Amino acid sequence: MGIKDLSTTLSNIKLDNPVIPASGTFGFGYEFANFYDINILGSISFKGTTKDARYGNALPRIAECKKGLINSIGLQNPGIDKVISEELPKLRNCFKKPLIANISGFSIDEYKHCCELIDKEEQVEIIELNISCPNVHNGGMAFGTSPEAAKEVTKEVKEVTTKPVYVKLTPNVTNIVEIAKAVEEGGADGIVLINTLLGMRINLKTKKPVIANKMGGFSGPAIFPVALRMVYQVYEAVKIPIIGVGGIESAEDVIEMMLAGASAVEVGAANLKNPYACKEIIESLPDAMEKYGIDKLKDIIGKAH
Amino acid sequence: MNKCKYKIIENKEIAKDVFKMILEGNTECITKPGQFVNIELEKFYLRRPISICDYDEKTITIIYKVVGHGTEKMSELEAGKELDILTGLGNGFETKLSGDKPLIIGGGVGTPPMYRLCKDLIKDNKKPIVILGFGSKDDIFYKEEFEKLGITVYISTVDGSVGTKGFVTAVMKTINDFTYFYACGPMVMLKAVCEATDIDGQVSLEERMGCGFGACMGCTIQTKKGSKRVCKEGPVFMKEDLIWE
Repeated sequence: MGIKDLSTTLSNIKLDNPVIPASGTFGFGYEFANFYDINILGSISFKGTTKDARYGNALPRIAECKKGLINSIGLQNPGIDKVISEELPKLRNCFKKPLIANISGFSIDEYKHCCELIDKEEQVEIIELNISCPNVHNGGMAFGTSPEAAKEVTKEVKEVTTKPVYVKLTPNVTNIVEIAKAVEEGGADGIVLINTLLGMRINLKTKKPVIANKMGGFSGPAIFPVALRMVYQVYEAVKIPIIGVGGIESAEDVIEMMLAGASAVEVGAANLKNPYACKEIIESLPDAMEKYGIDKLKDIIGKAH
Repeated sequence: MNKCKYKIIENKEIAKDVFKMILEGNTECITKPGQFVNIELEKFYLRRPISICDYDEKTITIIYKVVGHGTEKMSELEAGKELDILTGLGNGFETKLSGDKPLIIGGGVGTPPMYRLCKDLIKDNKKPIVILGFGSKDDIFYKEEFEKLGITVYISTVDGSVGTKGFVTAVMKTINDFTYFYACGPMVMLKAVCEATDIDGQVSLEERMGCGFGACMGCTIQTKKGSKRVCKEGPVFMKEDLIWE
């Protein structure tokens, strides 16, 4: 087997490989450093951060599904100030690669406030604008379901930061292409597809919803075909790079997602089932590339079109 | 934390819907009583977190109750089968605070982690007193195992079929000279135990978990010291840090 080139680029930022743990499934990274050297990762998208500290939603927050899970965490995080003063220094100690900052908010001002602050963090190379969290009211997904609102928040944020802004979109819309085009018009440097699908489970014994918040975000391998389809559609409609997310749990899934048009991928639910998921995917990529006659991963981006 | 393959040595019913499973494999990561393992099961997306009842250099004993599809599947597994398990999870009981005569309270399937705790306390020359609470006669397990450690074991049953009728707190009232307490069981029991005494103690909580190792924030509770993950900072918490609803 010849040498395999796993590298990829996102807005001129070179990643050694396309595998990135998805926000909300990897904390602030440092806890996974106890399991393996996390510097093998392409990047890390850290836990969704908001202006103020948030405890999150009531328990239970998790419901198991066939081939996935529903979560309703509700953006639990210590707030942007503590993330910068406490969490990022701990992460810096064990991770030397480019970071992706996942930023959430309940108003345009909150998004701008966090992005202005995170703009000063040297290690953060990409801002992932989360306008797609299904688990908070009056914000989050509200921005991601209207093309006008999505474009507006993107535009406003772009004015306060020089870092590339990648907008993370929700699949819970009628027309994903329309939203993707809107954020591109708003000046987005890239798109992250997809956040979780709104779902629920009911406990047959209590006859009530399993999750305290009733509904939550469904993720895991069951949503992979939906994510793949949306990446494929959006790739044809925009010129900016796409990070593909949703149910990825193997090197084959990474290749398939890149063929659909993703320049990189995020791995989410798989981390919760297996803390070594990203490591195992990265290590098995060369063999999978060999099997499918691929020398450079970058060459296959969008090749299914 | 460790992620390893473990071989089932034994898996048998020891009380109504309660099973004891002995697993063979690496136990290096287990450092304290009260920690748990997280077991991968075929056809189930999430792992099943189960407290560790006892362990030695090469085996782990767990005791679990069949409460849903996952534990039902576990109960059907046969000796020789290999399982993928995360071990040494969670922050267990701190034995140094026990004083000479700690009270150990287990309710139902909250009983298993108290067994290893008891053994460790006895090794430290402490004299634990044990109260185990169950629903009824058929639910009782591990009474003899605790007694074999040479300590006094009180039993309470809700229906009064064995021991004191009522809850563990009914027995607690009759014991005045304990130095500290450790408890694991249903939330209502833990709350009642904490309210029944002014003496300090530690309780082990149970919560629906996603990952079991601190990544997903699925099991976070609010404490007097801020947000804490039951799977990571817990499952054992100091009585004084807990906020009861």
